[in-house]
Amino acid sequence: MDVVRTVMRRELAAYFATPLAYVFIVIFLALAGAFTFFVGGFFERGQADLESFFVFHPWLYLFLVPAVAMRLWAEERRTGTIELLLTLPASTFEIVLGKFLAAWIFTGIALALTFPFWIIVNYLGEPDNGVILASYLGSWAIAGAFIAIGACASALTKNQVIAFVLGAAICFLFLMSGVDLVLAAFKPWAPPVVVDIVASFSLLTHFNELMKGVVSAATAVYLVTLVACCLIVNTLIVELEKAA
Amino acid sequence: MQEMVRLERLTKRFGDVRAVEEVSFSVGRGEVLGFLGPNGAGKSTTMRMLTGYLLPTSGTAKVMGFDVVERAREVKKRIGYLPEGAPLYADMSPLALLRFVGGMRGLEGKELERKIARAIELTSLEEVAHRPIDTLSKGFRRRVGLAQAILHDPPVLVLDEPTDGLDPNQKHEVRKLIKAMSAEKAIIVSTHILEEVDAVCDRAVIIARGRIVADATPEELERRAPNHNAVRVTIDRERAEEAATALRTLNTVREVRRVEEVDGVATLLVLPTNGADIGATVSQLLHARGIRVERFAVERGRLDEVFRALTANAAT
Repeated sequence: MDVVRTVMRRELAAYFATPLAYVFIVIFLALAGAFTFFVGGFFERGQADLESFFVFHPWLYLFLVPAVAMRLWAEERRTGTIELLLTLPASTFEIVLGKFLAAWIFTGIALALTFPFWIIVNYLGEPDNGVILASYLGSWAIAGAFIAIGACASALTKNQVIAFVLGAAICFLFLMSGVDLVLAAFKPWAPPVVVDIVASFSLLTHFNELMKGVVSAATAVYLVTLVACCLIVNTLIVELEKAA
Repeated sequence: MQEMVRLERLTKRFGDVRAVEEVSFSVGRGEVLGFLGPNGAGKSTTMRMLTGYLLPTSGTAKVMGFDVVERAREVKKRIGYLPEGAPLYADMSPLALLRFVGGMRGLEGKELERKIARAIELTSLEEVAHRPIDTLSKGFRRRVGLAQAILHDPPVLVLDEPTDGLDPNQKHEVRKLIKAMSAEKAIIVSTHILEEVDAVCDRAVIIARGRIVADATPEELERRAPNHNAVRVTIDRERAEEAATALRTLNTVREVRRVEEVDGVATLLVLPTNGADIGATVSQLLHARGIRVERFAVERGRLDEVFRALTANAAT
């Protein structure tokens, strides 16, 4: 575990070594605020909850999280530091995990900085803080799933732009797979079982459950499995490059 | 001599390209092995397989008895590796980088700080230890790469072109450092600078097109040079032809060439048969004939000629 922590610490430090981290956080906070007040109609709703704040998170993450994940491996490959990293005594999975955790914690920091919304809503009324907590956890979990997907995309290329586009595209598919638009592509030919499976992949469906304060076993298992699978795929991608 | 690194028929193919083809050699404790070859000959690929960055297509490599594929972690613990071009995290300072590498190697606390101090001292990085690596000169970067390789005082060092991009003084320092560490370690140094082989290596392995074409000491290699032990004499121009004819009668002399004529003197290059030591014979013959010698030199044979001959053969 020491190795995982060492990798994680270096990656986190790397985020804050450039202005990129601060730019990202500012954009995230500004967009979250703009959506909540202008699109979500936080005040007009007249309700003491943060639904109008959380509902836009998956869409914000769709563009912002792949941007956080894109450098994880692509940058190492471009500068050649991957050779230094992979010849240190650590397993590939430990390194994959360390990098994932660093990016996830980084999104966690950005998310935690939205606490003024929570203060505002508690000042204005008496919201159900349990629901808000579940929503925060759900939002962070979605970010984690996107990070894991983005890290896989990043491991495939040395070009960060490609990593970003690829990551965002895959995240979009996972996000949207429960929507009729996507399901309509399956319904005409696939048996209902397949359609149901595709629909159950939808991050959006699970996120909506969490936003209502419902933390179900199915959702937890789905998210953990998704992240675990991505980390394993990420490890395999890095290992395959060795054997190439 | 304790054997520390052993490569056996190590092979790497990238698709149809045979980057490394059945390379075998071993390195013992206290030995500095020069790994030579033209660019693209497979030096870096071989080192990458040894350090666990690439998996071999076939063949085996063992470091301190551990297989590089089966026991990769044990191997990596025992190797200090400077990859080609010394890639480093540019946003970190040398100190932060060494802390990271030390942490990855399981060092911590006082021991880590002590080892970092030692590595920084050995590579003379004190003045830049806190500056971001991307602001450092090429020479300093290379030395940061070296510092991370020797940080944990590994029994085996694999250095891919450690002096590339350094000025002559820095090259000298790095070679001195390698020499100083060589007693207790097995060191593999890749290079295409031949003077380096003379300066630091006990043995040289030359590869071309992925295959080993020579495995010998630098002296043995020099002996293979066409003008090894050749004698270069400068004498009076008037008597050059006479001297040449007389020298040609010796059966230890293969060939006599008139190479230069200036200001009434001529220089003859006397090539021996099979690299025989002909210095004394030539000198006696000229003396007996009363030919005055202006200059006299025995050539050792140049490594780069041997290198060219060996690697050019492999290309055809």
